Amino acid sequence: MTSDRDPSSMTRRQLIRHSAWFGSAVVLTVVGGEVISHIAGSTPKTSQATRPTLRFAQISDSHIGFSGGANPNVADTFTEAINQVNSLGYTPDFVMHTGDLTHLATPAQFDQVKQMLTGLRTPHIFTVPGEHDTGDDAGQKYRQVFGAGTRGDGWYSFDIAGVHVIALVNTVHLPKLGQLGKEQLEWIEKDVAGVSNDTPIIVFSHIPMFAMYPDWGWGTEDAAQALSYLKRFSSVTCLNGHVHQLFTKTEGNVTFYTATTTAYPLPHPGDGPAPKPVTLPAGQLHDALGIREVSYVKGQQALALKEQKLQ
Amino acid sequence: VSIRSWAAPVATTAAVILLAGCSSSSTSSSPTTQPSINFGSQASVTPGMPGMSGMPSASGNAPAASGSSTTAPATPVGPNAVSIDNFKFAPQSLTVPVGTTVTWTNNDEEPHTIAARDGSFHSPALDTHQTFSYTFQAPGSYDYICSIHPFMTATVVVTK
Repeated sequence: MTSDRDPSSMTRRQLIRHSAWFGSAVVLTVVGGEVISHIAGSTPKTSQATRPTLRFAQISDSHIGFSGGANPNVADTFTEAINQVNSLGYTPDFVMHTGDLTHLATPAQFDQVKQMLTGLRTPHIFTVPGEHDTGDDAGQKYRQVFGAGTRGDGWYSFDIAGVHVIALVNTVHLPKLGQLGKEQLEWIEKDVAGVSNDTPIIVFSHIPMFAMYPDWGWGTEDAAQALSYLKRFSSVTCLNGHVHQLFTKTEGNVTFYTATTTAYPLPHPGDGPAPKPVTLPAGQLHDALGIREVSYVKGQQALALKEQKLQ
Repeated sequence: VSIRSWAAPVATTAAVILLAGCSSSSTSSSPTTQPSINFGSQASVTPGMPGMSGMPSASGNAPAASGSSTTAPATPVGPNAVSIDNFKFAPQSLTVPVGTTVTWTNNDEEPHTIAARDGSFHSPALDTHQTFSYTFQAPGSYDYICSIHPFMTATVVVTK
């Protein structure tokens, strides 16, 4: 772990490649076999001797009910992901599933995924819906199972350890891309009205809140409107699923992190005719799946993300 | 060390990602108990649900998903059939006389729905090889999409 963490250690080729996608300054460097990403110019600190103010886990896109060749047993890999969260060595303050809990939104699949989720060792389990959970009935079945205490299509917010967390629904109205809709946008504006500028904001959604690849629906039509209400905050972190692969982008005060899946990989944007499940060579599936740890230490305006491959 | 921006995060055992200005000195108070959650209202029902507490790790012994009964033995052929391959409806535009029953078959590994833009019909999510049928009782042009992948669009034209 001795190599430097200066963002300029990235090769020119990487940077060009990276910038072509991001158009921004999130930078990857390799330190002792780990990939470290941070905003150019900042000084990352990795040592955490004390318990962070907040630490939680994100899992995504379990697609319970899928049985295709890309992963013949998504229930097994989801169980492995849950066990991995339960083996972090601490109890996460909450666990968020960022959608596509089910593959076909059948009552049996909702029942199954709910039962599996309750195997998580954490005080609080949260969810946001994916379009697979809401596509055939505008989310009615989803909300019957997971909608208690939520508003509108299933959105909500809460405060924990000085952090304001907003959980959005952008899969119910799909004109082409994801959409939040007027009612939810108005709610977001009101929701943050009394929150101070230095409060870290975390936004969860299923579909990315940035235009990752609109031709495949990988973006949210009215995300800019929502983010305009969050401009005054010094730190905004958007965590999403949907695209079944890790990706990072920064725009101003907002950093976006797409999560991987516990089920099966999807192609990189534009790679092939459609975002259909990718069947990897034998033995490589687990490397494409994973869980995410996120922690926050008070006074740092910083969240730390750690991606774990499925073991 | 050279890495590829796409491959890197999944190609390593652990990718540590840090963000935002970390320059401020941290107050090193270390809470030992888990922080509480404030949902900001006095509502008795709150979002989310509790997980297991203090229990050893569990393996979710979940029931197997039940199958659906609409699996078709083979792709329908004929003038009243629409197939779905590679996230595309084929044919893109189908013209049929009024009273015709049109059958869609999903040949993708991904589920799709058939949803009229005017709301007149909406299938459940069709898994691989499942079908959906709808009988058109009135002439007109019916634009429809897959409500899971709304970039998939097509039309049924119903003539008198």
